[in-house]
Amino acid sequence: MAAAITLAADTPALSSADTGFMLICSALVMLMTPGLAFFYGGMVRVKSTLNMLMMSFISLGIVTILWVLYGFSVAFGTDKGSLIGWDGDFVGLSGIGLTQLWDGYTIPVYVFAVFQLMFAVITPALISGALADRVKFTAWAAFIALWVTLVYFPVAHWVWGAGGWAFELGVIDFAGGTAVHINAGAAALGVILVIGKRVGFKKDPMRPHSLPWTMLGAGLLWFGWFGFNAGSWLGNGDGVGALMFVNTQVATAAAMLAWLAYEKVRHGAVTSLGAASGAVAGLVAITPSGGSCSPLGAIAIGAIAGVLCAMAVGLKYKFGYDDSLDVVGVHLVGGILGSVLIGFFATGGGQSTAKGLFYGGGLDQLWKQLAGVGGVLAYSLVVSAILAFALDKTIGMRVSEDDEVAGIDQAEHAETAYDFSGAGGGIAARSAVPAPVAQDSQKVDA
Amino acid sequence: MKLITAVVKPHRLDEIKEALQAFGVQGLTVTEASGYGRQRGHTEVYRGAEYTVDLVPKIRIEVLVEDEDSDQLVEVVVKAARTGKIGDGKVWAVPVETAVRVRTGERGPDAL
Repeated sequence: MAAAITLAADTPALSSADTGFMLICSALVMLMTPGLAFFYGGMVRVKSTLNMLMMSFISLGIVTILWVLYGFSVAFGTDKGSLIGWDGDFVGLSGIGLTQLWDGYTIPVYVFAVFQLMFAVITPALISGALADRVKFTAWAAFIALWVTLVYFPVAHWVWGAGGWAFELGVIDFAGGTAVHINAGAAALGVILVIGKRVGFKKDPMRPHSLPWTMLGAGLLWFGWFGFNAGSWLGNGDGVGALMFVNTQVATAAAMLAWLAYEKVRHGAVTSLGAASGAVAGLVAITPSGGSCSPLGAIAIGAIAGVLCAMAVGLKYKFGYDDSLDVVGVHLVGGILGSVLIGFFATGGGQSTAKGLFYGGGLDQLWKQLAGVGGVLAYSLVVSAILAFALDKTIGMRVSEDDEVAGIDQAEHAETAYDFSGAGGGIAARSAVPAPVAQDSQKVDA
Repeated sequence: MKLITAVVKPHRLDEIKEALQAFGVQGLTVTEASGYGRQRGHTEVYRGAEYTVDLVPKIRIEVLVEDEDSDQLVEVVVKAARTGKIGDGKVWAVPVETAVRVRTGERGPDAL
């Protein structure tokens, strides 16, 4: 994805087909955020279900506004020192013509901007899975606003903006393994190292309250991911988008099967949570790599991610950090795997001509990928930890221990996910029936 | 009088009810319960984290009977509740001093 709004002499004409395809892809990516909310929402306990949903949903509000105001300009405006972009016409999306095309493509700038907006929305939502049950909602909202401003918008420029250091170095990130998944996973790790563990971590059982929700969410993510991945070639008709679609499907299938096989060997059972998690791990891993590997390479990348991510989710118990829903284990580890494996599996026949180690390319692409991974990981981890620390010292990041134990839904949202008054709360439910309103009584009297 | 209490697998409720009716029992009380016996509960695995679920769902059935029916009724319940697998539950009988039918005030065996 190249930046710069200037129209080159050979700029292709606007294509209705490409534009329509990209609008649909944008809508598919939008669906991933509520899908993620279901994926995460099913994995938490009953008492914090709504909070988990809201942590994703609020991103649709906050990030959308900031993206239009200045985010698009920072991410995809004219490069400033390889670190950020800026373009006055992008501020408020105010200086853009209806039929003005995105540089080198057949789709309007507006379409590119809205497609990229959906990536910006889901990335902070991914972080929320690590923070389940314990973060003040206002602090989370402030974190999202600051994090996209200081981390996501610049990192998107590094990776995808013309002039960004990773882009210029030749780091391959087809649809966001670096900018989205490593970025979110590293941020999650940075924040949880600051805010600490849930009350009862490693002591109380914290079983998922609705695995059907989690399966539904994983299914929606898988579906939306076709827009995320295949759409990232921006409707360009040279077949790479179609290759990406195929690779997305096969890597995800391979990762699910690999995770389940690992589970069967290691724990003796084939679980639904494992199937959902394996699928997401495969989707994450193929995101950066799917435009540059073959379908057989995608199967290998998916299978590797399925097994290693299944192993990685246990790291939190080993090292004692409370990554509630395994954002580090799935997104950070899966993102790193997908990005680094490009250095092995790139065929030179897809998104770029760069070849990986297995295709005679030597170590050249591998070290570039490692540089991209390392740079984004370190920046996101450090800045996110500093942001969490600053918010904790000012408005406070965590709810009180009492509220956490009683349930964050009630404390932060004055709601609960389910009405259990029919089961065991019969007396309370009867006394809570509202008295008939005065008007009705008068009608009866009359 | 005796109070027969059975804590058994929920899916055996219908068989036990039918057996009690066939025996001539007029009324019973059923409550949802949870618990474990000698073999404890079961293990669940979530992303590799194993949780031991000790308290498994049970039902608790209570029946008041006259002394002379007690032993036979315990056998009836045990037979109807048995699956032969782990977790079939327990049945026991305890003496009851008084029973009163609330509607009429009848006492003792007349209240059953």
